[in-house]
Amino acid sequence: MLRKQTGQRLLQSGRTILSVSRLATSIMVLFGVAVAFAADVRNPFAGNAKAAKAGEYQFRINCALCHGLGAHGGGRGPDLTRAVKKHTHSDADMFQVISNGIPGTAMPANGTNGQGVGMTDAEMWQIITYIRSQEVKAPGNAVGNAGHGKDLFYGDANCSLCHMVEGKGGRLGPELTAVGGSRTREAIIESVRSPSRRLAWGLTEPTKEFPQEYESVTAVTADGKQVKGVTLNEDSFSVQVMDTSEQIHLLEKNKLRSFEKSRQSAMPVYGTDILSDKDLGDIVAYLTSVGAK
Amino acid sequence: MMNRLAQEIGVRSRGGAVDLSAQPCRSGRFRAASRGREGMMAFRPRAPQGPKPSHVFFAQRGAVRVPAGLLATCLMVAFFASHALSQVTFERLVNSAKEPQNWMTYSGDYTGKRFSSLDQITVSNARTMVAKWVYQTGATGKLETSPLAVDGILYATAQDDRAFALDARTGRPLWIYQRQIPGDIRPCCGHVNRGLAILGDKVYLGTLDAHVLALDAKTGAVVWDVVAADYRTGHSFTVAPLAVKDLIVIGVSGGEYGVRGFIDAYDAATGERKWRLYTVPGPGEPGHDSWEGNSWKVGGAPAWNTGTYDPATNQIFWPTGNPAPSNRGEGRAGDNLYSNSLLALNADTGKMNWYFQFTKHDEHDWDATQVPVMIDASGKHLIAQANRNGFFYVLDRTTGKLLSANAYGKVTWSDTKDAEGRPVAKKDASPTLEGRTVCPGALGTTNFMAPTYDPQTALFYVTARDQCDIFSTAPQPYEAGHAYYGSAYFPSEEARPYLGFLKAIDPATGQVKWKFEHTSPTWSGVLSTAGGLVFSGDAEGDFIAFEAASGTPLWHFQMGGAVYAPPMAFAVDGKQYVAIAAGSAVYAFGLP
Repeated sequence: MLRKQTGQRLLQSGRTILSVSRLATSIMVLFGVAVAFAADVRNPFAGNAKAAKAGEYQFRINCALCHGLGAHGGGRGPDLTRAVKKHTHSDADMFQVISNGIPGTAMPANGTNGQGVGMTDAEMWQIITYIRSQEVKAPGNAVGNAGHGKDLFYGDANCSLCHMVEGKGGRLGPELTAVGGSRTREAIIESVRSPSRRLAWGLTEPTKEFPQEYESVTAVTADGKQVKGVTLNEDSFSVQVMDTSEQIHLLEKNKLRSFEKSRQSAMPVYGTDILSDKDLGDIVAYLTSVGAK
Repeated sequence: MMNRLAQEIGVRSRGGAVDLSAQPCRSGRFRAASRGREGMMAFRPRAPQGPKPSHVFFAQRGAVRVPAGLLATCLMVAFFASHALSQVTFERLVNSAKEPQNWMTYSGDYTGKRFSSLDQITVSNARTMVAKWVYQTGATGKLETSPLAVDGILYATAQDDRAFALDARTGRPLWIYQRQIPGDIRPCCGHVNRGLAILGDKVYLGTLDAHVLALDAKTGAVVWDVVAADYRTGHSFTVAPLAVKDLIVIGVSGGEYGVRGFIDAYDAATGERKWRLYTVPGPGEPGHDSWEGNSWKVGGAPAWNTGTYDPATNQIFWPTGNPAPSNRGEGRAGDNLYSNSLLALNADTGKMNWYFQFTKHDEHDWDATQVPVMIDASGKHLIAQANRNGFFYVLDRTTGKLLSANAYGKVTWSDTKDAEGRPVAKKDASPTLEGRTVCPGALGTTNFMAPTYDPQTALFYVTARDQCDIFSTAPQPYEAGHAYYGSAYFPSEEARPYLGFLKAIDPATGQVKWKFEHTSPTWSGVLSTAGGLVFSGDAEGDFIAFEAASGTPLWHFQMGGAVYAPPMAFAVDGKQYVAIAAGSAVYAFGLP
């Protein structure tokens, strides 16, 4: 609050200055002040257990939908109990991210979710204090051999037949370049061991409430041809399917001989008999290393 | 001047109704003759289907041939009738069934049925329907508006508190009013607006900064602007007001901000507030003891959806929303009257005749703000509501006595009923710190989406969803102007997929007669028409015509944006249209 007001006031005063040189000076002053201020930002509740408790409740109300109860990561948001985070290092960074969101991601700016004015500065600091308190309890970062994981991903584990990472791989399954930075280790492991438990999300349309899920489809066309694949999108009357050889089929349901949807993922179940815990750990380490870039 | 007069001309048909399709000297067409068909001037009988012009004059390019006698008649009609005919009187609203070409209240009439007696579009020809026009508002977010149609003009709103009037035949705007909303408003659930009321020569708008406005129906100019409450403490308006007699009735939003809910009535001419009913009773008032300590002061019970009106008893039926904080009962022990209730109010005074509380001491955000629909069946005066808590309730609207309550969706919160037959919450349905899964979720089995009752099939149609949420407590002190939920809720992953339906409920039995499963849950309202059809939209952007009797989809059109609004129907030039908002636009459909 304080920082925003300071900035706004300076901007406003800047607008009233007509002389170019004076404007330039004022911009320099503005930047100088901003930098100095950012360096000065301290969490007023750092280490305060009571504030962490209040922050837990604020977290539940404002953050847990994506980041999960306990900040361990949810369907959408990353695990915040990791000590190393992609976008934030200091408490001041976190305050910045909560205030302004992260452009190009699902992380919204405070107060822009359509639910009013958002959190106060104090509430955001409480949340940061809570997240810090959870980090202490979090297990250490996953270890694994990322190099070996990469070999497995593109080799014996056959992941790349369906998944693309950094422009290489198949198209049938979700693109995984960012998954290591946005999903928890547990979530990635679960999606490999039991892929049907939570189907991955696909296309998200701007006005639609729910994203399309990676449901499996078997359709038989009027001329008797069978199409087996995953849904790219669907409505009551049409379905857009990618088949297992990456061909796209645009189908009108009323012209099909049969149409069946299944929540059994097209991804095979990787049990420990196929992929050991150690090898899977290496693959997660690879995805995490890519996702952290 | 001539144009101005001509614009106001209509012809009074039987029953005092006005029909645009019968406007003889319409709108400046004396000079607009070169527009070909639009230059046509016609007297037409009122019947909306199959109009047969009795006198048709084709104007020719560059020269208008209007017989002097007709012109004189037109001017005379204009002179004597313009004032009366441009007015949407209370009598017209009461007798709206006599002018099916118009849609003059949020639900189409005072009963809340959202039923149109227009029958040109039928089960047999619906498959030929085409888009007639699209009006792009340019507003982003959820477009929840339910347009009004009066004498060939459509009046609607967008989520940024703009109002606009469209030529109902072409979708071209006549005027646009844009409210300048402060940057720090506190709408609970997004910037939305559900529409206008019309009375006399004004339309009425409730705004996100808690003002009530009267706009000139011909220009959009502000006639009066009154502050109902302070938006900085969480008050807002999203509801379409209801015009009753000479009053504009409107209910406040803000249950998530700990407001003390109210329903207001304003003098339609001046904006003077005539009465206010607080939905949370103060000290000394009946029901006050249903609140613990001072919790009543921030008790919520907003009134954010449009009620209905019974002229026979001069009663307004208005539903109320959740107690605050919405998901935490601790600190507000008691039933928390009159949250989640249906209120029967004397229209002149706002005095409560009776109330019925659907969900006592709610901890799941199950506002009872769904449209209460008046149904007369076998000599009984009923009122029915498909409630957000998953039960379909039928009450005697004379007494407020409960007649039946049946689940119409996935419900886990109640498995018993009290002596009155009201479903009672299980002890283990309350939110906990660890989180507890309850069905329906906080969004409810249904929500604000307007239902419809079709007197021809005697079925009640409503959009429903099966979704369960994990409700987790998060104690939070009240702070003025800040969200006050007291808990958090998340869709339960285990309960995926969340299902969305259009359901046809028989009010006589409470049973679901048919259901259509959407690809995903939708927020679309529902319309029924005398052509044997039910119309609704979906989250995928399809607008669908169903056979009302069976639920078979007969026709659809992909509108390219999700639907958050209810459909309505109107007629112009004797032709039936069906309109609905989707994405950022308003669409009108008709026969080719």
